[in-house]
Amino acid sequence: MPDHMDGKSRSTSVLAQTLGSGRRSPSVCESRTQTREWLGFRADAEGAKRQNRNTSASSTSLRNLALALETLSADRRALLVGSASLATATLLLPSASRATGTAFVSEVAPGVFVHQGVHALFAPDNKGNISNAGFVVGNDSVAVIDTGGSVIVGQQLHDAIRSLTDRPVRYVINTHMHPDHIFGNAAFKTENTVFAAHHKMARGLAARAGRYLERNKDLLGEEAFRGIEIVMPNQGVEALTKLDLGGRILELSPQKTAHTDNDLTVRDVATDTVFLGDLLFSGHVPTIDGSIRGWIAVMDQLASQPAARVVPGHGPASLDWPSGADPLRHYLTTLATDIRALIKSGKTISDAMAGAGQSEKNAWQLFDDYNARNASAAFAELEWE
Amino acid sequence: MTSSLKTVFLALAAAVLAAPAPFAGEIKDVWPDLHRDVFQSRALLEDGGIVMEAPDRAEDAALTPITLRVPSEHAANAKKVTLVIDHNPSPVAFEVTFGPAAGTGDRIISTRVRVDSYTDIHAVMETNDGKLHMTKKFVKAAGGCSAPALKDPDAILAEIGKMKITATAGDGSTTGALPEGQLMIKHPQYSGLQTNQATGYWIPFKYITNMEVKRGSDVVFTLAGGISISEDPNIRFTYAPGNPSDMIEVTATDTDNRTMKGASVSKGS
Repeated sequence: MPDHMDGKSRSTSVLAQTLGSGRRSPSVCESRTQTREWLGFRADAEGAKRQNRNTSASSTSLRNLALALETLSADRRALLVGSASLATATLLLPSASRATGTAFVSEVAPGVFVHQGVHALFAPDNKGNISNAGFVVGNDSVAVIDTGGSVIVGQQLHDAIRSLTDRPVRYVINTHMHPDHIFGNAAFKTENTVFAAHHKMARGLAARAGRYLERNKDLLGEEAFRGIEIVMPNQGVEALTKLDLGGRILELSPQKTAHTDNDLTVRDVATDTVFLGDLLFSGHVPTIDGSIRGWIAVMDQLASQPAARVVPGHGPASLDWPSGADPLRHYLTTLATDIRALIKSGKTISDAMAGAGQSEKNAWQLFDDYNARNASAAFAELEWE
Repeated sequence: MTSSLKTVFLALAAAVLAAPAPFAGEIKDVWPDLHRDVFQSRALLEDGGIVMEAPDRAEDAALTPITLRVPSEHAANAKKVTLVIDHNPSPVAFEVTFGPAAGTGDRIISTRVRVDSYTDIHAVMETNDGKLHMTKKFVKAAGGCSAPALKDPDAILAEIGKMKITATAGDGSTTGALPEGQLMIKHPQYSGLQTNQATGYWIPFKYITNMEVKRGSDVVFTLAGGISISEDPNIRFTYAPGNPSDMIEVTATDTDNRTMKGASVSKGS
């Protein structure tokens, strides 16, 4: 959706979705009408008027996008086409390291690129480069999946894309609301960029936006914070949604509450690569900002779905699946087991913060920075069992 | 909540919000103002009449454990306890007024609060003869992803008002310790401050204003609270042993005038 569009109308439609008042926004692939709704079109008179107010350029781009999405709803056929043309697409791409020189990204599968952040807290010296970000290149366009923790990182990612292809970055997908995954969004803002996220991300981010900016300005320092703004999603994903990058399909799957209440996974169908966002940590201790029980359940469910490889939100550029999630699942179940035992024996949340999960201490980086908070969150949840 | 206390809660919220946000390095001391507004600048005794446990650093700023204890030698004369989180938007977190079933051993009230920034936390105990006993602690709020907002608003709103109350009879006969109860209420405790100008999205306040905790027909304590009490309020408290048939019964009211009731499954004695 073009960013010059009236801000109020946009937020109203986000509100209508997230609050459930008014029409629910259905899966993009259910029908032609619904596809149009997902894109922000509205069938009522007010919507039509608003649409007419848009400039021809943005209307055209939205219409093209609508056509692209409608075309791909016959998924099987689209997938076949996608696989065939992918080979051609990949041949046109020089290898990442050769093109960028700096190896800012690595190509984990044909046309799938990942930048690996460091395991650290936000600090001036890492410039917000503390999480993984990536992109997938199709015949017509590029989709970015997370943008790093600063505009500096976002711009480096953008530069890496430009060194590989001239195709436009049409989609920026955020796997969840946390600052280290969205603060680079501003580097991709154009009037045509679709910022897609779990339909609950807008609400979660709106509630936290002020704090995110204030806190992280202090942590990052002036230089790394420069240009950072909260770029809200303009498309909320409420059910399995497919994006066509031109002969290449991405499947966006909103998950139930786990790491946060707005985790979204992204599967590149052609290479069977799944971006898990912060549903998967490797090396960096997991952080719970949603539900420990929900997270364990989501990981159980995802582990039953095979994938050629997955991309964690923190950790190596890619991991085997489902074995790559073993340490994370072990951490979560250990923490839950410890806390349930403490609750059963009448212990307090402070006891849990001091003792729960300590057997995992040597298995993770940043353990002391996050484990007590995880224990606190998990205790507050599990005491209701 | 008495109307005068409510006025204090709201007026202070406005006053502190208007002040510039404090930074880690330079924290304005707002206590003199709070001391005047909440306690009429009356003399404060720092003599162990009230004891507070709080972490040096709030690991989760939205869920910071605080324990207040009135030692047994002061308990019989203790009337109420007020917790003030100086730099919170609404600094008076809660006021607990003891009832006849509060007990004469060490009185303990333990809960979880929101700590918005680096701040002093003051606990003040007022005795029946009007003296004020005070203790304070500086707490650092943790940075990073901690947020005052809910982890999963839908899940909490779906169960609003659900209570879980437990009472452990304790073995006061041997240790002198009072029996302990725990009160849990599902409630989002919306602060009304979670707004965003850019999106026009905001959440109206919705929080618990009053609680009454009884053992049988006798009041253990009443609580007047504000937005600083964490979501899904959890309060551990001590009470005087009573009749074997007594239950712990709780009534809570929120800003929507929603009345929530619950009782312990096990006996309160």
